[in-house]
Amino acid sequence: MLEIKNLTKTFNPGTVNEKVALRDISLTLKDGDFVTVIGGNGAGKSTLLNAISGVWKPDCGHIIIDGVDITAMPEYKRAKFLGRVFQDPMMGTAADMQIDENLALAKRRGQRRGLAWGIRAAERAEYRKLLADLDLGLESRLTSKVGLLSGGQRQAVTLLMASLNQPKLLLLDEHTAALDPKTAAKVLEITDRIVTDARLTTLMITHNMKDAIAHGNRLIMMHEGRIIVDVEGEEKQKLTVEDLLGLFSRASGKEFASDRAMLS
Amino acid sequence: MFFDWLGALPGASAQGMVWGIMAIGVYLTYRILDLADLTVDGSICTGGAVCAVLVTNGVNVWLAMLAALAAGLLAGLITGILHTFMGIPAILAGILTQLMLWSINLKIMGKANIALPIRKYELLLAQIKIVQSILVLLAVVAVLIAVLYWYFGTELGTSLRATGNNQNMSRAQGINTDFTKILGLVLSNGIVAFAGALLAQYQGFADINMGRGAIVIGLAAVIIGEAVVSRISQNFAVRLCGVIIGGVIYYYVYQTVIFLGLDADLLKMLSALVVAIFLAAPYWKKKYFSKPHHAKGGEDHA
Repeated sequence: MLEIKNLTKTFNPGTVNEKVALRDISLTLKDGDFVTVIGGNGAGKSTLLNAISGVWKPDCGHIIIDGVDITAMPEYKRAKFLGRVFQDPMMGTAADMQIDENLALAKRRGQRRGLAWGIRAAERAEYRKLLADLDLGLESRLTSKVGLLSGGQRQAVTLLMASLNQPKLLLLDEHTAALDPKTAAKVLEITDRIVTDARLTTLMITHNMKDAIAHGNRLIMMHEGRIIVDVEGEEKQKLTVEDLLGLFSRASGKEFASDRAMLS
Repeated sequence: MFFDWLGALPGASAQGMVWGIMAIGVYLTYRILDLADLTVDGSICTGGAVCAVLVTNGVNVWLAMLAALAAGLLAGLITGILHTFMGIPAILAGILTQLMLWSINLKIMGKANIALPIRKYELLLAQIKIVQSILVLLAVVAVLIAVLYWYFGTELGTSLRATGNNQNMSRAQGINTDFTKILGLVLSNGIVAFAGALLAQYQGFADINMGRGAIVIGLAAVIIGEAVVSRISQNFAVRLCGVIIGGVIYYYVYQTVIFLGLDADLLKMLSALVVAIFLAAPYWKKKYFSKPHHAKGGEDHA
């Protein structure tokens, strides 16, 4: 489904701020894989997701989705393959537009936008049903501005938008990090349901080791721009936080350096 | 004196509606796209110049207005390309185009001023035909608002609104934000140039300076309009009507201060100051009058 070959990215090359963010990363995801990504600050997790999304071009390497090489494709064009949810709840939705308008925008991802109506009556019924499944009471607020929703509600709506039209790949960039623990748990539960129901191939960054272990069928750990741990299946199910910390220090020769990840 | 003032109101209404139409162009960039586009100071004059030159050369006034509209679309395209393709900040891109248009407008007109008297040419508007002028302007406003209301409900129009709201999200949803920004600038300047064509007819001449400070009048109309209608309805068509009303109110005030004997030389400064204060209002409100907000996670609602 997703194939990444020898991906490398250096920011500010040749300056004092030079930072190698990705070092020769190769990664292949099978259809339906739900991969959690963990790593300390600056490990390259978000950089990896941004490379796939096309926020900027990598220095070298290739990104292939479903047989199509998207390495040089502009961000808006490759959006048809991708569903994205960001860390900042403000980032994934248009605040001054209604919930149904936001969903309708996402529904047309990858299609040519012409002079047909931006939203049809039949769609509203579909959206109402999808919102009801979220169980957040949003089904009665279809015409509310998204800006009036709480962070958790916005993330849930963004998740819904990202999952419309069965994207080839769902990218979740610490999408629960800005939420309080209870809301984060709820959004994760919704994530699990959406990913499982639609069998979406998913990359989910999290800073929470427990979440990384509890969700998905595969786990990768990044450090200094490399993938240093990659476990899946039964081996992954049996992991504990202690195992992960051990794997980290063995692979990197260091103690795990993110307090945030340790504590949670 | 009072009757003089009353007698000036129809003229102020017509002029206010012309500037209200121009302000709808400003609304598209300033409010919908969230860009401050200074091209308009030049493109309104371009519209007036093209219309005046064509009409004085015997072209039908409708065709001349269509050509003015097209010239405005092109002016917007230049700013759009400077901004997206060449990566120049929108404000600077607008200023650069505005400066280019100064030369272009002079070349179009061949001189700094072209007279467009109603007694010599078939025009749609004129100060001496005030009733006809107001009827024509009402029709233009109705058609313009209807078309824009339809357009911003379409997929393309919605993607333009999304771009102004959140560019990141728009790109993630497959919207080519460079394209939508160019589209918005093109549309906006088309409308502004069309207003310029109306203005040249109404005042009976096109002048190289007719666009000076247009952006300020446009912003004033947008802000006044919002203050008037925002409590009544959030409907898009109502808000556009508000912009027209804002233009008319601006000219009523303008007329009034002139009647009160204010030095006309000071009017532009006054306009700018009023707009500055209105623009500052939301900032001040947030900074000095907002209640301390105890941020607490949305546990109860999510």
